[in-house]
Parts: sequence; C-alpha cells; structure tokens
Amino acid sequence: MTIATLPTRRDEAWRYSDIDAVTAAWPLPAPESIIVPAGGKFARAIVQDAGDIRQIELVLGKGAVAHLHVLNIGGAYGRIELAVTLHEGADFRFGAAQIGGGEQNLEIVTTVTHAEPGATSRQVVRSVLGGTATGTYLGKVAVARDAQQTDSEQDVKAMLLDRSATANAKPELEIFADDVKCAHGCAIGELDAMALYYLQSRGLPPAEAKKILLQAFVAGVFDGAEDEERLQALALAKLGELV
Amino acid sequence: MLKIENLHATVADKPILKGLSLSINAGEIHAIMGPNGAGKSTLSYVLGGRPGYEVTEGSATFDGQDLLDMDPHERAAAGLFLGFQYPVEIPGVSNVQFLRESLNAQRKARGQEPLSGGDFLKLAREKAGLLRMDMDMLKRPVNVGFSGGEKKRNEMVQMGILDPKLAILDETDSGLDIDALRVVGDGINAIMRRPDKAVLLITHYQRLLDYVQPDFVHVLAAGRIVKSGGPELALELEREGYAEIAA
Repeated sequence: MTIATLPTRRDEAWRYSDIDAVTAAWPLPAPESIIVPAGGKFARAIVQDAGDIRQIELVLGKGAVAHLHVLNIGGAYGRIELAVTLHEGADFRFGAAQIGGGEQNLEIVTTVTHAEPGATSRQVVRSVLGGTATGTYLGKVAVARDAQQTDSEQDVKAMLLDRSATANAKPELEIFADDVKCAHGCAIGELDAMALYYLQSRGLPPAEAKKILLQAFVAGVFDGAEDEERLQALALAKLGELV
Repeated sequence: MLKIENLHATVADKPILKGLSLSINAGEIHAIMGPNGAGKSTLSYVLGGRPGYEVTEGSATFDGQDLLDMDPHERAAAGLFLGFQYPVEIPGVSNVQFLRESLNAQRKARGQEPLSGGDFLKLAREKAGLLRMDMDMLKRPVNVGFSGGEKKRNEMVQMGILDPKLAILDETDSGLDIDALRVVGDGINAIMRRPDKAVLLITHYQRLLDYVQPDFVHVLAAGRIVKSGGPELALELEREGYAEIAA
C-alpha cells in the first residue's frame, strides 16, 4: 500500500480521488499496521469525520477473525484504504457506510487477499450521496493459487439523492485458484418514488420520509459493531443533513 | 366534508377525469363503482396528492380547505386517509416505527403532543386486534412478505391507528378471501362509521358493500359520475352490468 510517489488519476486506486487534497496531505504517514495472530479476534469501528486519508494494513493469521466497521462522512475529501491479507481459515467482515453531500468526495478502497485456503471475507458497503458529492468504492478480492475453498462476498449499493451526485463502484476479482466462491453484487439507484409517496400519504413530511428510507438503506451495515448505536446515530444525523 | 366540483385530471398528459363532481358529508359512506379504466384509482390518487396526477380544471375542498393545494402529508394531517389498491412494500422499515412516526408527525402538525412508545403500542395492539392481525406482523418491515390479503388488512390497521376523518379506500376488497372480507368490512365499520367521519369506497364489486353498507352509490364511467343512487344501485349494477347502467 505504501506509495513513494504522489499518485495521479492514472493510478487505478486514485482514479476518482481529489488529487489536490492528496497533494496537500502529502507525504502520507505510514499505513497503520494491524496483525491479528492465529486464532485471535479483532474488532474496530472507524468514523472518518474530519477529511482524513486513512490507510490500514490488516493481516489475519490462521483462523483469526476481524470485524471492521466504517462510517465515512466528514470533510471535503475522506478516504479509507484497507489492505487485508487472510491466512488459512481466517474470517474478515467489513461493514461500511459513506454518506456525503455538498461537494464532498468520499472513498473506500479495499484490497482483500486470500493468501491461503479456507478463508472467508464479507464486505457490505452502502453509499448515500446528495448535491454534487462523489462516493467511490473500489474493492479488489485477490485469491492466490493455493487458496482453495475461498468464500468471498461483496455487496455494494449506492443511493443518489440528486441527479448531480456521483457514485463509482468497482468490485474486482482476481482469482488464481479453481475451487472458490466469490460473489459480488452492485447496484446504484435512487429512492423509490412510490415508497416515498406511501410514507408521505401517512403523514410523514418529505424530509422525514426520505430519512426513514435512507436509514433502512444503510441499516444492517453496522450489525454487530461494538458501538453499533453510536454509529447508527451518527449515520442518522448525517442523513438528516442531506434530506 | 369533501366537495369535488367539475374535476378534470390528467396522467402523463392523458385526460382521465373529465368533469367529476361529488359531495360527501360527515356521517356518510359513499361507494364509487365503475368499469376498468373509468378513472376510479386516478380519483383516489388525485385526492391523495400523488405526484404525476395533474389537476387541469375544477376544485376539491376538504372541510372547506383547498385540498389540491396541500402536500400529501398535509392532507394526512388534515384527516385524509388513502387506502392503497397496491400497498407498497418497504424493506428495512418496521410497521410500528413507520406508523408511530407518521402518527406523531400528524399530531405535531395539529399542535398535539406526541404519543409515547407505550401508549402507541397499546393503540396499535387494539387496532391490530380489531383486524385480527398478529402483533408480530406489525413489527415486521412494512408489507414485506405479506400476502395480498394481509397487505389490505395492514392498510386497515393503519387507518385505525391514524384515525382519519375521511377514508378513501381504493379496492380494499380486492385480494381478500371471504373471511378476510368480513374482517375488513367489520373493521371499516368499527373505525369509520361515526357521525363525524366519512368513507369513499372504490370498488368493482357489490360484495364489500354487503358488509359496509353505503348510503350512496355512484357509477363512474369515462371520467365522470354518470349515475347516483342509494344502495339498491349497487345491486342493480351487479345484476345488469356496467354497460347497461352507464349507457
């Protein structure tokens, strides 16, 4: 992940980035390194609310389990970048929401490497974007040649509140083993007009109706997070600003 | 309570309602019957303020207020309830959360205090019982995985909880089996048959009217009311068909 030279938009992982903001923050600090030993357990929730570029390298030893939850909401440019390496039988769960309005540019970039057999990874990412905001998810799953019985899943959805907002989503698979299960689903849409009308017909003002639908859209991402309530509350407050 | 005069409305620039007039007073139950494509559902959506349904001429007032000038949520707070022909499924939003927030939004708009969680659940339990709906279903996401009949029952539970002055029920009888029809009919009577309330039932068939007896029956054809009468008109329609009566 460590890069020596300032990235440009020609670099795939920085293609939609705010290069001016990256330049201003350059040089980036070394990525945070987290190593979960064999059989270990790790859980963390990250709230990016100040326009940071956060890079994390996570290595899961044999049979280790990690639950990572991310709420990416703050600053003009906010980027969370993960490089995860899974050893035999490790289990990685990732739940993320990025919610942006105005001119915000928010990114989640993940590379999950299944280096050895029998590891599982589950990524659920929800983006809600209004104004002229941009939200990007670039997610690469790499499966090494002998990483048989890999089970990986990417579930990526984005909701655009305005026609001027942009969502980029790129699940990417690079598979060198032949006995693997790698699922990925990706959808970008807008709020269902009939559902909105139905809620309003029962007395909910338009902003409340939108908020309740968006809350449902991001719900589930933070299931099982250690401070689930705080994450939900922060997400809801941010959604309230957008509707 | 509801006064519609010479209402013209279009959907995607196509004229559907062509000079519809109707007056409903408190304490009355009206039924509108008519063939497919007559404009029955369009009438309910125009009165409910659904986007895309454009009024081009005429007026509709609700308790003296210009109904057509109000947003959908304002109509609800003023006491209008629309029972949907096809209730919408909303994954991830529980019935109780949605209804409590809806009711409290209405109460706020009327300058009333919000209902507490406990009081709301008590009310919801009472109304669900009236419609013989399991409380567990009220805790599930709105209409998700509900059968056609369960969705219609859920509409009536919502009506009971929101306690409107005027209910416009668009083919609430469709998709109901015989037993469910009776439960829903009894529910409508229990909730809405009061001197200060009124109902506009939109239906194809006479059968719901066996349980909810209307004071007035109107025949809607080609965007206008072509005939009005008492309950006997519904029986006549059932016997003779729309073609005969609307001609």
